[in-house]
Amino acid sequence: MVTRKTIGEIRFGVLSPEMIRKMSTVEVVVPETYDDDGFPVDGGLMDPHMGVADPGLRCKTCGQKMSKCPGHFGRIELVRPVVHSEYARYIEYFLNAFCPKCGRPLVSDEALKEIVAESDPKKRLKMLAKKGATVKKCPHCGAEHVAVRLDKPTNFFEGDRRIWPTEIRERLEKIPDADLERLGFDPKNFRPEWLVLTVLPVPPVTVRPSIILETGERAEDDLTHKLADIVRINQRLKENIDAGAPQLIIEDLWDLLQYHVTTYFNNETPGAPPARHRSGRILKTIIQRLKGKEGRFRYNLSGKRVNFAGRSVITPDPLLEIDEVGVPEVMANLITIPMHVTEWNLDEAKKYVASKEYPRALYVIRPDGTRKRVTDVNREELLEELAPGYVIERQVIDGDVVLFNRQPSLHRMSMMALRARILPGKTLRIHPAICPPYNADFDGDEMNIHFLQTKEAQVEARELMITKKHIISPRYGGPIIAPTKDIITAMFLLTLPWTRLRRDEAMDLLYFAGVYEVPQADEDGYVSGRDVFSTILPEDMNMKFPSKLGKFLVSTGLAGPGKKSVVYPYTVIENGKLVAGVIDKAAIGGNGKLIDYITRRYGEDAAADFIAKVTRMAYWIVRRFGFTVSYESLKTPEEIERKIDEITDAAIKKVQEYLEQYEKGQLEPIPGRDLRESLEIYIMITLSQAAKDVENLLKRYLLETKLTPQGVLDNFAQIFSGARGSFANIRNLMGIQGQAAVREKRPYRGFYQRVISHFKRGDLGPFAHGFARSNLRDGLSMDEMFFWGMGGRMGEVDKGVSTQITGYYYRRLSNAMMDLLVFPDGTVREVTRDSIVQFVYGDDGIDPQALRHGDVPVDVIADEVLGGKQ
Amino acid sequence: MAAKRSIMDHVLVPKARILSDDEVSALLEKYHVQKENLPKILEGDPVVKELGAKKGDVIEFERNSPIAGKTLYYRVVV
Repeated sequence: MVTRKTIGEIRFGVLSPEMIRKMSTVEVVVPETYDDDGFPVDGGLMDPHMGVADPGLRCKTCGQKMSKCPGHFGRIELVRPVVHSEYARYIEYFLNAFCPKCGRPLVSDEALKEIVAESDPKKRLKMLAKKGATVKKCPHCGAEHVAVRLDKPTNFFEGDRRIWPTEIRERLEKIPDADLERLGFDPKNFRPEWLVLTVLPVPPVTVRPSIILETGERAEDDLTHKLADIVRINQRLKENIDAGAPQLIIEDLWDLLQYHVTTYFNNETPGAPPARHRSGRILKTIIQRLKGKEGRFRYNLSGKRVNFAGRSVITPDPLLEIDEVGVPEVMANLITIPMHVTEWNLDEAKKYVASKEYPRALYVIRPDGTRKRVTDVNREELLEELAPGYVIERQVIDGDVVLFNRQPSLHRMSMMALRARILPGKTLRIHPAICPPYNADFDGDEMNIHFLQTKEAQVEARELMITKKHIISPRYGGPIIAPTKDIITAMFLLTLPWTRLRRDEAMDLLYFAGVYEVPQADEDGYVSGRDVFSTILPEDMNMKFPSKLGKFLVSTGLAGPGKKSVVYPYTVIENGKLVAGVIDKAAIGGNGKLIDYITRRYGEDAAADFIAKVTRMAYWIVRRFGFTVSYESLKTPEEIERKIDEITDAAIKKVQEYLEQYEKGQLEPIPGRDLRESLEIYIMITLSQAAKDVENLLKRYLLETKLTPQGVLDNFAQIFSGARGSFANIRNLMGIQGQAAVREKRPYRGFYQRVISHFKRGDLGPFAHGFARSNLRDGLSMDEMFFWGMGGRMGEVDKGVSTQITGYYYRRLSNAMMDLLVFPDGTVREVTRDSIVQFVYGDDGIDPQALRHGDVPVDVIADEVLGGKQ
Repeated sequence: MAAKRSIMDHVLVPKARILSDDEVSALLEKYHVQKENLPKILEGDPVVKELGAKKGDVIEFERNSPIAGKTLYYRVVV
């Protein structure tokens, strides 16, 4: 049963000296910790009254052993009071807000009322101090008042006179409770003089345990070191006072005591040199323990760690199913999964216990909870007693459900359930099609794996988190698990109209892919690539959609209504046969039409099978056909070179004309812009249009020449199929690099009136501001490369900054919304309080995963109703 | 000067009305909630002032949603 309690209130206050003494079990007077025999010194920093950190010893306060004793505070009675450095600012406020003589506020009662009435309780003291600092005479007793100044970190001056903590304390003691209450303080929990320490609490030994090194030496905690410093100086100060030492020496020691207490609280206090260990290492004191990313809060309290998990580099394995993960043998050997022995699985359990190698039981747990490690010695014995009610812990085997995760976990698909497959090697292997939801690649990415321990967790993960159920992304209602890169290229190559395979090759491919039927071969004994592909399509499928290649063809005018093109721009599937067009990114890539349709119409299992088969086919094809990059294929004929030069020259000439018009003041300004801005816009438009023209020229040229039965596609297959790269990349390689831009403008920063010294001052021409007419194939000139670098650097910086900023936005949103839940009645509520946030989830109550880009997938529903006939 | 205008006339201000006691109990019944679990709206909100709603009243808002057309939302005045 969970008992719920409501926190009524939390009270914050400052510990009073009485409270510190009450909490304390022992006064620490000796800076030593252990004597020569290794026993803790009485009255020392390791006094057993403060609890014990060694097993076996008993606490002198509560009599418990290490495991039970919670630890108890001790105290150091400071011979002279010191300021609490973290409150120094507030002490300054108090000294300026109240009269040193009578302790009343330094303003009249009416003025005080006014401050109280109009201000936030948190700001009252500060406001009063601001007013009080200017007051020369106390309005209550008429005593003179001089403003007190804080000399950081802990010294106070009244005019030029140093005031010591004893005097500060005396002044603060005079402040009446009634005035404190008026300012919003609770005098029972807070008195200003408590900010000046007369007694220092010593935390229990358990807070600062000593570590025993291999050499047998004891190394004390940083806090213990710091406390020893305090005790030492405190004793020295006491001796000097008792001996009647000169005032100057006493004050020096007092300041030293103040320094030690200051750094004990915060070793990063501004104005105080950080205290160091003998080795020169800066000590980690109280605030350093708590603060920041590696502090107690963020590292230990908000951060959680788990068992039964692993992490390794990931590598692709095209032969896996999409819901499988390859688990290295070392992991499978080490990690166990509990198995509850029943009368139905008794034989299986016995098999694990009896086995001496891999799938074996590592532990047997009796019904009374005693754990036994299975060893060669006791194996027979355990086997004998094994009965229903026992639990065995067996090694991970194929088919165990695991969670697989990659950081940053930005959405729910960042952690999906997979079935383990134990494989040789040391990497975790995944099917390449599940990279997109994880945003993973194989350039050294590492991922985490969690082995689910309970049946409930396994079932829940299998039903809700398995990859198959996440093929459609809920973010935009389209496939996110889909083949990528080379798989798309391979399917493109396979389904080109002129691709043929010998019948034996087709058989080999299909068998490899897991298809056990061969399409009809023609008289020559060849099977068309399309027919091979069609074997994995459902028989009653009918679809027609524009392919990626088709869009390229149409945009260059190579295909379109009434035109005859080498490849039909639409992918057409009739009764489960690919009859026209190609399979490319538009069909099987991320957001691909085919994947989408199969998932919705034929279900997740069919889609998963389809993706796996496509991948295996692609694997075979890439190995059989191969594809490569060559310098040769980047060469362009004379005619194309000439046309590129023409386009570029014309653009440069046009820019020259704009510049002349600008010089003469004849340039037509763009509405809302001045002449200079207008010129800049005209130049940018002209040059970017030229780049676009070159790009389109190359696009058409490449599609015309390479996309033929005789054409050598090389890496252009990647671009044509949408697998990777763009025609803009091609333009940079074979055409012109184009305009380098920094913040969407031409580069301007650099030397006086020019960016680099290769140009005349005031040159506004294309080349002086980042236009590059060379390309990567022939190489850029040094000035072109410099400008290109300017744009590239901006891109890199922006990328880093924007991921950081969006990451933080995301963190805030997810923290704010993490305990919102959609309830069975369709309302969105805050789980912990049952409060309603939305009356109908998303205003329409619809799961976006069931939609296609936010719309109802009508075709799927129609097909289901009409039985696949269009 | 033109006649005094109400903020409720503005296109971006959703239509609002105070629910009757019966409607409130029906609403709470429907969602199995207490009043304090409904979304809140401050008493000082201009729309609340315009309607003359008091603490504890439940206001029904008719909002225009880009995806769901008109939707109803309920907020309790605090």
